[in-house]
Amino acid sequence: MENKNKITFSRRNFIRTSALASGGLLIGFNFFNSCKEAAVPPVDVSKLNFNDFNAFIKIADNGYVTIFSPNPEIGQGVKTSMPMLIAEELDVPWEHVSVEQGALDTENFQRQVAGGSQSIRFGWDALRQTGATAKQMLVNAAAAKWGVDASSCTASDGIIKNSNGDQLSYGDVVNEAATLEVPEDVTLKLPKDYKIIGKDAINVDIDDIITGKPLFGLDYKTDGMLYASVLRPPAFGQILESYDASEAKALSGVIDVIVIGEKARNYLNQEKFDPSAHWSVRLSESDKVVVIGKTTWDVIKGKKAIKAIWKNKSLTESTELHDKKLNDLLNGKEFDTRRSDGNVKKAFANADKVIERVYESPFLPHNCMEPMNFYADVKNEKVHLVGPIQTPEAAAKVVASLLNRNIEDVHVDMTRMGGGFGRRLYGDFVYEAAEISDKIKQPVKLVSTREDDMALGVYRPAIKYKIAAAIKDNKISGYHLKEAAINSNMYGLIPHFFPAGAIENYQVDTANYQSNITTGAWRAPYTNFLAFAEQSFIDELADELNIDPVQLRLDLLKEVKDGEDPNIQYSAKRMSDTIKLAAEKGNWRKTSDNVFQGFAAYYSHNTHVAEVVDITMKNGQPSIDKVTVAVDCGIVVNPTGAKNQIEGGVIDGIGHAMYGDFSFENGQPQDVNFNTYRLIRMKETPIVETHFVKNELSPTGLGEPGLPPAGGALANAIKAATGEVLTKQPFITSLKNLQTDLKV
Amino acid sequence: MASYNLKVNGKKVSIEADSDTPLLWVLRDELNLVGTKYGCGIGQCGSCTVHVDGVATRSCLLPASGLEGSEITTIEGLAKDKLHPVQHAWKALDVPQCGYCQAGQIMTATSFLKQNPNPNNEEIRNAMHGNLCRCASYNRIEKAVALAAKKMS
Ligand code: FES
Ligand code: FES
Repeated sequence: MENKNKITFSRRNFIRTSALASGGLLIGFNFFNSCKEAAVPPVDVSKLNFNDFNAFIKIADNGYVTIFSPNPEIGQGVKTSMPMLIAEELDVPWEHVSVEQGALDTENFQRQVAGGSQSIRFGWDALRQTGATAKQMLVNAAAAKWGVDASSCTASDGIIKNSNGDQLSYGDVVNEAATLEVPEDVTLKLPKDYKIIGKDAINVDIDDIITGKPLFGLDYKTDGMLYASVLRPPAFGQILESYDASEAKALSGVIDVIVIGEKARNYLNQEKFDPSAHWSVRLSESDKVVVIGKTTWDVIKGKKAIKAIWKNKSLTESTELHDKKLNDLLNGKEFDTRRSDGNVKKAFANADKVIERVYESPFLPHNCMEPMNFYADVKNEKVHLVGPIQTPEAAAKVVASLLNRNIEDVHVDMTRMGGGFGRRLYGDFVYEAAEISDKIKQPVKLVSTREDDMALGVYRPAIKYKIAAAIKDNKISGYHLKEAAINSNMYGLIPHFFPAGAIENYQVDTANYQSNITTGAWRAPYTNFLAFAEQSFIDELADELNIDPVQLRLDLLKEVKDGEDPNIQYSAKRMSDTIKLAAEKGNWRKTSDNVFQGFAAYYSHNTHVAEVVDITMKNGQPSIDKVTVAVDCGIVVNPTGAKNQIEGGVIDGIGHAMYGDFSFENGQPQDVNFNTYRLIRMKETPIVETHFVKNELSPTGLGEPGLPPAGGALANAIKAATGEVLTKQPFITSLKNLQTDLKV
Repeated sequence: MASYNLKVNGKKVSIEADSDTPLLWVLRDELNLVGTKYGCGIGQCGSCTVHVDGVATRSCLLPASGLEGSEITTIEGLAKDKLHPVQHAWKALDVPQCGYCQAGQIMTATSFLKQNPNPNNEEIRNAMHGNLCRCASYNRIEKAVALAAKKMS
């Protein structure tokens, strides 16, 4: 994690250059793989080829820099922060840099996209290295022109100078630079010399967004494109029995009504199907009725006019059943032990006191503001797919397999995405769009209504945690966490997150129930609820031990030696510093009497975050006024973008903890639109104040880590105000009961 | 199917649509004005907000056939030669995250500020309460409305 300023990359392997026909230098680079032997950037920017390169930098002969990236924006600001890294090391004024998304109709490419919160972590070295290499090439070109040694030259703000006082701008030497070898050794700047990193840079797409330019998948159109709306089984566990489309077909805007599903089923049944990779294909188990029409409204109306009969194929499950199954698992004996320190059994047997709580969370839909949609044009020669998807390669692979095509003939172009939150990792709607276009032999846009979107979820699964602590001599001597979840359990190193490492006898066990309801990643998977459970529990332990909850966390962290356990990724030092900063900036327990505070701290996605929530009580209900956040994400590349992510994550965490509720009855989701499904709105939002721990460590992700601590900090504030311990999300249900109690 | 004459962003346009077609889909699919967004179709999210005779209106529930003679303004028509002060404030405070809801937010804010040029924070919160932002850029929206009000006064 140390921030080294010299890295050994083989530049030749990942950077290639060409001289543009129109003048200027084009640099192509690929830092996921090394470039193919024969790969050279084109001499015309309209022919960029993202098959061989991740991105291109064009330096024009006026010195202006354009960065072409094939990766669209999902809302996490990486389209702004990643070019900042290049510009910093290239040393050009940020105002001279523009960022363009690679042209949409590029042929023959496979894009590689790092997942949201991880992009900056992976790009940090490679992008700076690329910028520095480009700068060195320009310096070498200038030195050759002057006939001086390159080491006697310096470059900054787009100008190269030598010791004789001569100067040339980058634009003056681009054509020469294009003919030189890519230098092997370059030195990166020290953080103290940064001019762009660490300064606010406004979202590079801002003008297009605020003036309503076409950016998103739903905005994408081609001539002659038709629209398609898909009627799917209303309940998980059901399949299509029969349908009557006569009324729909009679509508003037409806062109056809077809059935799809066979291709997806064949794909599911084939031997090489890997359900873990393409989980959401399960949404394609049933036949589906598809209305094809001239406009979106035509197909929305057409779909309403279809009369379909569905039959049960497998169990149609309800929330009540899930509740029972998860409780049975928690109380049962069948667990996978995921971490075990010391002897938990003994610690509990010898305890003076045992405290135990069960925490419960519901399923949650993602509800991206832009509903799922995709464009597909399946032709004999090739397949063109366009839309908002985070996993274009996987989508292309499945579609190739589904339609029995070569992967080279399937091209996926990505648009900007109206939110992701994990939902767009799954390509079910891409496969459907491809199957539809294949069947009607026309370009088509699959559109979802909000109702479709909420009901075809790849939901966050319902989860329950049972946490028990053993107290001995006024110390926590044992800690036992059990997870019961639907379909899958906490992954990777999550079992080793705090407070793992801080308590001598420690155990994490998991168990799951297999449901036919599709589930998947949802912003900060698992930790989005686990952090609430643990951080609420730790608060109760503090009450029990009669110690300030912030102090208890700091005391626990003193037990952890950084670097001792390779599974423990959080740093006790960084976490302690983050906690202290939040407590200081949030005036922890120093506010006026009517303000109640709650605290939580959590490490996830390589970032340490601590939060103080301030509430006041109004008419027996909490008004969530303010959240003070401290974040250690290493070097903050773009403060305005970073704060935006934290503000969003915190409010999202509070919103879903307060209101997020989603249940099933006979396999059917009980909410399908925002009239009954409640999302947090303006009047319910706290003011979020973000502070960064200052250091010079490599940057880490921000899209997700702000969310996990928010629910716990809020629950702890409500406990401080009312004495009520909230163990079940959404809080609003318990709070309503609380109000009734108070009235009685 | 019938034809209607509408006035959108100062231009007269004639459209062919079923009488029940909401303005939203006429704008997006017929007139290629895709800045106005679909989010829920039932008047709950505000993504589809446009101005009808200067008043912020949800276009997802409003049949276009009843709008002959009205002045319709969409996000594309808000900036005349230069950005509207509300757009400026959005830019200055770097409001958007994914950006999908923002056209609707801006249309709500501009119409609100016309009615109430000097709002306090509570009035801003009330006015913007009907517009969902799934990315929760609410803090910045609130600040940007206040900033625009200040700049416009
Ligand atoms: S789309 Fe009109 S209010 Fe949501
Ligand atoms: S910015 Fe994404 S929904 Fe508002």
